[in-house]
Amino acid sequence: MTDWLTPDEWRAVALSLRVSAVAVAFSLPIGIFVAYALARWDFWGKQILNGLVHLPLILPPVVTGYLLLLTFGRKGYVGAFLDDWFGLVFAFRWTGAALAAGIMAFPLMVRAIRLAIEAVDPKLEQAAGTLGASRVWVFLTITLPLILPGVIAGTILAFAKAMGEFGATITFVSNIPGQTQTLPSAIYAFMQVPGGEAQAARLVMIAIAIAMTALLLSEWVGRAVARRIAGT
Amino acid sequence: MTLSVAFRHRFPGLALDIAFEAPPGVTALFGRSGAGKTTVVQAVAGLLRPDSGRVTADGSVLTDTDARIFLPPHLRRIGYVFQDARLFPHLTVRQNLLYGRWFAPERDGASLDRIVAMLDIGPLLDRRPGALSGGERQRVALGRAILSSPRLLLMDEPLAALDEARKAEVLPYLERLRDEVALPILYVSHSMAEVARLATTVVLIEGGLVTAAGPAPAILSDPSAAPLLGLREAGAILTARVAAQEEDGLTRLESAAGTLWLPRVAARPGATVRLRILAQDVMLSTRRPEAISALNILAMTVTDIRIGEGPGALVQLRAQGETILARITRRSALALGLAPGLPVYAILKAVSVAQENVGAGG
Repeated sequence: MTDWLTPDEWRAVALSLRVSAVAVAFSLPIGIFVAYALARWDFWGKQILNGLVHLPLILPPVVTGYLLLLTFGRKGYVGAFLDDWFGLVFAFRWTGAALAAGIMAFPLMVRAIRLAIEAVDPKLEQAAGTLGASRVWVFLTITLPLILPGVIAGTILAFAKAMGEFGATITFVSNIPGQTQTLPSAIYAFMQVPGGEAQAARLVMIAIAIAMTALLLSEWVGRAVARRIAGT
Repeated sequence: MTLSVAFRHRFPGLALDIAFEAPPGVTALFGRSGAGKTTVVQAVAGLLRPDSGRVTADGSVLTDTDARIFLPPHLRRIGYVFQDARLFPHLTVRQNLLYGRWFAPERDGASLDRIVAMLDIGPLLDRRPGALSGGERQRVALGRAILSSPRLLLMDEPLAALDEARKAEVLPYLERLRDEVALPILYVSHSMAEVARLATTVVLIEGGLVTAAGPAPAILSDPSAAPLLGLREAGAILTARVAAQEEDGLTRLESAAGTLWLPRVAARPGATVRLRILAQDVMLSTRRPEAISALNILAMTVTDIRIGEGPGALVQLRAQGETILARITRRSALALGLAPGLPVYAILKAVSVAQENVGAGG
């Protein structure tokens, strides 16, 4: 499997998969929580939160990367704190790539889940409450199963977005082979080198294959879950 | 168990000031749409936090705004049957029925088998709600509420979303529930027919206020409450025992007020039934009528007369503790010289008591 990819190319693919998986895994619980808050709760600053969540979608990715560098860089407020207390470093590490990918993919994830939550009739949750279920149980036994198709769609969308993230990543963590060189960064790097087109083309094929697989998988899983929930 | 409710709440356009006690049995909250009935059950269930007031169930406080007590719905152990069944679409009927079991204390409560048998929902257990008819859904919703071992059951117009045939299908199950499961029930309805069949206590709600409350037979036979209940719908409840099924298709019933013949009542001899006698179906005579086609002639005494603003009059009659109402014209009341204490004969055509006005006793 590895013979038709050079070690650098292979590392880029593996790193991208790892970065995206970690980004999605960490942002999913937060995404569900934020989506629930935006869909169901009324609180002060709701519109501000909504704006913040959507900001990465409308800002130029370079700006997001730059802001990440300012806050999560070694000298940034949050970055310095995390380094001092937890030894957690984001700048120029793969963890930073995961953070950038997670933040860039977050709006898409929240949007999909929020729509799913808004489609759940709150009367069902009320009914579950009168049957003795606390809020947490209502969420786990009623809301979550009913929004599962939306959660799956949001997750896969976010994964695909994370795989393709380029601007914020390269700004925040640069393009170090084996460290922070994700699939898009590698494609970009090969295109800068004379004679690198063949390598770039191979990676492009892989990117397309991964994206198509993710899309088909989400369609298939989403349909299977929706059938189960439809209640017939 | 006695439920005690007293609260005030203000909505734009409606101010509620509600106070009543619900003794064991079925307490019907009766009133027009928009009178505030649903708000009352929501306040009892904890789905609405009243501006001020107190709700207690057998001394245990559910809401007390003065003491800043507000028990959340899931800790109240109050079953709620909604107008729209609200079954969980992703769960099977069996899982729906057992949902409340996850949270209910193990000790008491009816068994699944017993409730499934009582509601005839055995064949539905492995289906999902999407594949059920409206009547079936409502029966499952009933079972689900009962199986959560509540100490009180709230029913918010559980039949309103069903057509007449489905209503007739579900009503007997509600009677069974009332008679077999010892659970106090708060039943919201704007249908006098349902109230007359099910209620032991009636609380009348008009424009956010309780305008009358008391035992169902007393309220339904109170001429002064009748205009509030709707004159066309006015009718008292008569309790009778099935004596015999006769060969010509009639059923002979014995009540304290006398013998009645009605078209075939589907009940075994010895069973107690509850008859709703509409006031407008009752004729009065000061002499025992002879050579008349009406089969049912009861000797009673006038106990009250209420002359309406229109041409009508409502007459309350009593015999051996049973009370009925007759709605006649004011002219007839004057011509007959009706007055409290006067003995009269109440005449009722056998066929005027419709099947849906005959229910199981209780």
